[in-house]
Amino acid sequence: MAKTVVIVGGGVAGMTAASRLADLGEKVLLLEREEEIGGHLRNWDRLFPNRRPGSEVLHDLKETLGNRVEIRCNESPGEIHSLQSSFIVELESGEKITCDAVLMATGFDLFDARRKEEYGYGIYDNVITSADLERMLRSGSPVTTSAGKAPSRVGFVHCVGSRDEKAGNLYCSKVCCVTGVKQAIEIKEHLPGSEVFGFYMDLRMYDRHFEEMYYEAQQKWEINFLRGRVSECAENEDQSIVLKIEDTLTSRPLKMTVDLLVLLVGFVQKPETVRIAKLLGISIGEDRFLECLDEHTRFNYTGKPGIFVAGTSRGPLTIANTIADAGEAALQIHNYLKTLK
Amino acid sequence: MISFNLFVLPFSLGLIYLLYMIIRWWYKWVKALPEEDRNLFKAGIFSKKFLSALKEIFSESLIHRKMFRRNALLGYMHMSFALGWFLLIVFGNMESRIYSTSHVNPPYYPIFLKFFIHDKTVLWFEINTVPGFFRFLMDFLLLFVLSGLILALIKRGKSRWFGLRRTTNSQLTDKVALTCLWLIFPVRLLAESFTDGYYGGGGGFVTQHLGNFLALIFQESSRHIAYALWWTYSLALGIFFVTVPFSRYWHIPTELLLIFFRHFGITSRKFSTSFTHVEIGACSRCGVCIDVCQLGSAARIHDIQAVYFIRSVRDEQVNRDIALRCLVCGRCQEACPVGIGADTIRLIERNTFSGTHDADFSYLPASFPRKASVIYFAGCMTHLTPAIIKAMKGILKQAGVDYLFLDEGGTVCCGRPVILSGKHDQARDLIEFNKERILRSEAHTLVTSCPICLRAFREEYNLPIRVLHHSHYILELIKAGRIPLQAVHRKVAYHDPCDLGRGSREYSAPRELLSKVATLVEVSQEGKDALCCGGSLGIYTVSPRKRDLITKDALEHLEASDPEVVATACPLCKKTFAKHAQVEVLDIAEIVYDAIPV
Amino acid sequence: MINFGYTAHKERLIDYDKNDKRVLEHLKKHEPSVLTCIACGSCTATCSAGQFVDFNIRLVQTLLRRGEIEPLKQEIRKCMLCGKCILVCPRGVNMRNLILAIQTAIDKLK
Repeated sequence: MAKTVVIVGGGVAGMTAASRLADLGEKVLLLEREEEIGGHLRNWDRLFPNRRPGSEVLHDLKETLGNRVEIRCNESPGEIHSLQSSFIVELESGEKITCDAVLMATGFDLFDARRKEEYGYGIYDNVITSADLERMLRSGSPVTTSAGKAPSRVGFVHCVGSRDEKAGNLYCSKVCCVTGVKQAIEIKEHLPGSEVFGFYMDLRMYDRHFEEMYYEAQQKWEINFLRGRVSECAENEDQSIVLKIEDTLTSRPLKMTVDLLVLLVGFVQKPETVRIAKLLGISIGEDRFLECLDEHTRFNYTGKPGIFVAGTSRGPLTIANTIADAGEAALQIHNYLKTLK
Repeated sequence: MISFNLFVLPFSLGLIYLLYMIIRWWYKWVKALPEEDRNLFKAGIFSKKFLSALKEIFSESLIHRKMFRRNALLGYMHMSFALGWFLLIVFGNMESRIYSTSHVNPPYYPIFLKFFIHDKTVLWFEINTVPGFFRFLMDFLLLFVLSGLILALIKRGKSRWFGLRRTTNSQLTDKVALTCLWLIFPVRLLAESFTDGYYGGGGGFVTQHLGNFLALIFQESSRHIAYALWWTYSLALGIFFVTVPFSRYWHIPTELLLIFFRHFGITSRKFSTSFTHVEIGACSRCGVCIDVCQLGSAARIHDIQAVYFIRSVRDEQVNRDIALRCLVCGRCQEACPVGIGADTIRLIERNTFSGTHDADFSYLPASFPRKASVIYFAGCMTHLTPAIIKAMKGILKQAGVDYLFLDEGGTVCCGRPVILSGKHDQARDLIEFNKERILRSEAHTLVTSCPICLRAFREEYNLPIRVLHHSHYILELIKAGRIPLQAVHRKVAYHDPCDLGRGSREYSAPRELLSKVATLVEVSQEGKDALCCGGSLGIYTVSPRKRDLITKDALEHLEASDPEVVATACPLCKKTFAKHAQVEVLDIAEIVYDAIPV
Repeated sequence: MINFGYTAHKERLIDYDKNDKRVLEHLKKHEPSVLTCIACGSCTATCSAGQFVDFNIRLVQTLLRRGEIEPLKQEIRKCMLCGKCILVCPRGVNMRNLILAIQTAIDKLK
């Protein structure tokens, strides 16, 4: 009898794993809670490090997937019951589906910048997040302040909601630094006359082409990187934002006004994923990401046989990382299914 | 002829020693009071206040009303010992008058009456006679005390029946004193019974029957056993008396003096005075403060609760850790049946043990603010919760208030955080700076968003103007019709900030204000029992993880009845809760501002 | 010991080998969180005293950990103990406890 894999989540990880499993001849049901598959990738404009359009990657993933698997949108699991060597997934709509393996590919949420109240997100109109900016860039409309004017000075705040004990997240979200540099360059491309600043504690340009992007940002685009963590913001009469910051490299307090402030928000775990994880009895780390069996050699296995994990639900990953991760997960699931008779 | 036997010596010597200690310390303490307080004391003794003090001594030291309110069994247990023993002494003395041959009786006479007097002329059931009535009464009171003793024994194993999860860890002196105390009454019962049994009369409804039974078993030996028991009884009493000044039972005489002090108007100061020493001596180590301390119940820190802290002060073994590891939330003070101000004493000790902090604020520039009717002082923390400032600005603008946002460009701290480090005098320059600015503006009202600042302004600044928390002020504005409201009444759980609730006794204004714009849901621990958010500036030595435990515990209580919003009235509470809350956390001002129609 | 030409500017030099680490040891004992500081500067940026006077708590505490004590004895006195630094610190360093511990340590070393 053909074995079925239920993949919870139709984002990059879910789509990739579904494609690979289809390649390997397995039967897949892909559940997606939103109206359409694609996850956060649908919201991004251009991806680092080469600034190619995210829509290209999304198109590629969809094309590869084709119609080879059953995709159900607007669906998510309410309950999942573990049996001897199979699972019953009870959808919120009531339907019960039997399967032999479950892949958690539920993805991530972005940190709610309102929790970092001192930065003024949701309070001051000219404070936005990197996701808001990405949306602005994707829509093709010009980047403006709340008053509709082109900003002459834009600031980027790194590590918002990450590496922050006060936000409850001690981990580094990995992608925000390179995103910040990328978006800084994009602002300069859109508004060549503007001044762009990045306020950082560290600049984590860890991967291939990242450091070179940083170099380019400094040399070609004259973006200013200031080492200091913004402690709080205030709003002027004209709604520009005043920043309080210490310029640690000169050890002096620095006051600066920007027209637009972009908060580089990091990853957080989805509460829904935590709920399902508890149902399934799989481990959750202190950082609330899903635990795998072995960080080096079994990173798609959970502690429970038949339940696998791929993508950002197990920690911060780039899109490229996620595609690789999901491919490996599909292979492991395929091998697992072979052991079931 | 005076009745005497060698065995009365332990009791008598012990009693003399105890009385000497009481008189010596009471004298010392009263003499060492600051002059102002000494005058209050002298004036108080000959006034009506003396009678009101006696009344409280009766209702608290004897009846233990506050204990009863906490838990009936606990109250009964304490009452039976205190009231029972007191009545035994009083009625015992009266009974001894019937039999004494001289006008002056030694103090041991009523205590050991049954050793000296064997009145077989009155039988145990002749309660209608005077001696018979006393006979009955004394036995009854003895049973009363023994019932308490049985409860105390049960409490060892089943403290939860008495409303206590954890009980005080005792030191050696307390264990010795306790053992003697617990021996006194059973031994008395046996001594009297054996004697009554041997002599075949003179006992009450308990002692006579028990005595008869014992006489049947022990026959002639009863006499010797009785004598051994009288010795034991005297020793138990004597050793107990001697340990009293060094054990928890010192509270018995000391709390009397504390009650007198309080009624005469003497209070604690910012530095240690006799009042502080008396408060410390009045702690009975009942342990009620242990369960209410969130460092214990949530953060699993069990050695710094008020009872242990006070004990360490009395033993002169305070260290930096025990002095600084306290939220200064006021829950222990609130729960204490004796009303000891543990928080105040903690701050006094911090002056010595928190280390030096020799502040120098001479860098503060002179400042001349413009004139305004009302001053809005946001507070340091509020600058990190700008939504509150935005809401306040909007509300004040809507109401057309002529206000000056005094710390808009940045706050000079109100000074209370320095005071919380125990360095009371170091805050002087901060207080002077802010006070000068406030007075120069000639405002008639000071409104602040931060309850910590509120307490500083009210307790330290001596301002001739009204000082209000913004919830109180906004309520006034609404009642005066200056703020139109169109609220969507969301379900809100209100959190009492420690410094606004217990600290400033303001429980109703925030609730009244919230009711106008939201639907308040019930919270299990609120008002004076409210939990601390954990953000506390009062605690110094605590890790972020331990703080998180306290915050999460408080949030659990707030989120239990499924509110849509947790409402706070303090920027520090808001920031602390926002880290962990599942629901939205908003200040009252924000909720009101949202309700103002555009 | 090789000096590598550092002998030229002795005042500027942090001679880590020779510096007095006793303050650091005292701090480690009383406020171990100080070891996790990443010198991001939020504390200094938000500091209430820093609005009025040249007071850089990040710098002061970093130098103290390097063993540079003498010039900093007076600096610590400027702190108002207001606690904003604690509220913004991403590593959970308890600055207020640190300040008290620093002053005690400095006193002890006299």
